[in-house]
Amino acid sequence: MELLAFGDTGWGDELFRATLMTIAVSITAMIIGFSFAAVFTPLKLSKYKSLNLIGNIYTTVIRGVPELLVIYLFFFGGSGAIMFVASIFGYNEYIEINAFITGSFAIGIISGAYSTEVFRGAIRSIDKGQFEAAKVLGFSKFKQFYKITLPQMLRLAIPNLSNVWQITLKDTSLISVTGLVEIMRQSYIAAGSTRDPLFFYSFAAVLYLLLTFLSMKLINKLEVKYSRGY
Amino acid sequence: MDFELMVNSFPKLLSAAVITLKLLSVSLIVGLFIGLIFAILRLNKNIFINKFAYGYSYVFRGTPLLVQIFIIYFGLGQVEYLRSTFLWVILKEPYWCAIIAFALNTGAYTSEILRSAFQTIKPGIIEAGKSLGISNKIIFYKIQIPIAIRQSLPAYGNEIILMMKGTSLASTVTLMDLTGVAKYIISTTFKPIEVFIVAGGIYLFMTFVIHNVIKFLEKKYSFSQ
Repeated sequence: MELLAFGDTGWGDELFRATLMTIAVSITAMIIGFSFAAVFTPLKLSKYKSLNLIGNIYTTVIRGVPELLVIYLFFFGGSGAIMFVASIFGYNEYIEINAFITGSFAIGIISGAYSTEVFRGAIRSIDKGQFEAAKVLGFSKFKQFYKITLPQMLRLAIPNLSNVWQITLKDTSLISVTGLVEIMRQSYIAAGSTRDPLFFYSFAAVLYLLLTFLSMKLINKLEVKYSRGY
Repeated sequence: MDFELMVNSFPKLLSAAVITLKLLSVSLIVGLFIGLIFAILRLNKNIFINKFAYGYSYVFRGTPLLVQIFIIYFGLGQVEYLRSTFLWVILKEPYWCAIIAFALNTGAYTSEILRSAFQTIKPGIIEAGKSLGISNKIIFYKIQIPIAIRQSLPAYGNEIILMMKGTSLASTVTLMDLTGVAKYIISTTFKPIEVFIVAGGIYLFMTFVIHNVIKFLEKKYSFSQ
């Protein structure tokens, strides 16, 4: 237990901060993923073939390529791409983006592909009559989405989104390769300096289990909230 | 775009893909056995056996694969006792450590897939077997297992693809699989996009092949023939 003491003698406070970092990256990645899903879900549901194709390429490529490869692409290519965009606007200095932004963006894009599939499935399974009824009642497009599609979609999507959340949470462990100090990276540092990898990696596993367990409890509550009336 | 680099790195990445496929196939075969055993344990009426099997799948599905590999590769090497046994021959090799981690991981997911497949078998089919006087053992091997395999094919196909992506983590324990070689080329040439396109293309091709093989098997073994 000495190894987990808070303060200078143990790794307790470092691991606690690392856990908060994992949570922060997961939530940021989930939100980035939702914004990607908000763009690509309409593309996949569109009646135009070319727009469908763009949506399909995104979800197929991201879901068919290992997460680690995507992270390496962002890690090594991220600042290059930003500098290229900046140079168009006449800014030629060296830009270094921090590991948090690169990491959450990489995981966000992956999580977005899974979310897109979930939202597409959920919208597809809403009864067509609902949209017709909205039209008959003279709802505007925005009101139809906000009052009819969104609430029904959320009810159907939340159980599957909880899977996406679990995948995203576990994927954040891969960002440790870029040097961002989250649970995995902190355990790696602690294991290296105390020569006790078995203890620290097992403790990391316990932390992840705790996170998945607690988040499942929370999501179950949300599920109950959104399925009232059924 | 550096097309020369793409052409030059293609054969290197392709030979690395062979290692990826080796890792994948060995861990899938071992994982299928583990999954089948634990699925049967899950259906056991004894609450301790049942809870043990549930605990196994909960722990391995609730933690990242990276943690599992690190515990096995870095963690188990620390135990003095293991170093003196014959297990050390296996555990000092990153290749076998990666395979153990992948097999245990895919075993956990496979056990869930098979369990739900066993549970969805219609009781009428088993009753029909019983009324024909077939013994319980034969009902299990000749009726329940083939039906469960057919039921779980689509979900198992997804698991194969997830596992193929999972093998990329072998590169974190010094194995030069497809992702490992891709990372090496990226870090020496600083051309991430070109290498990503080639390596990602190879991965996508493998996904495509696996997807179609599973689709073919599903059609071949469908009930509605």
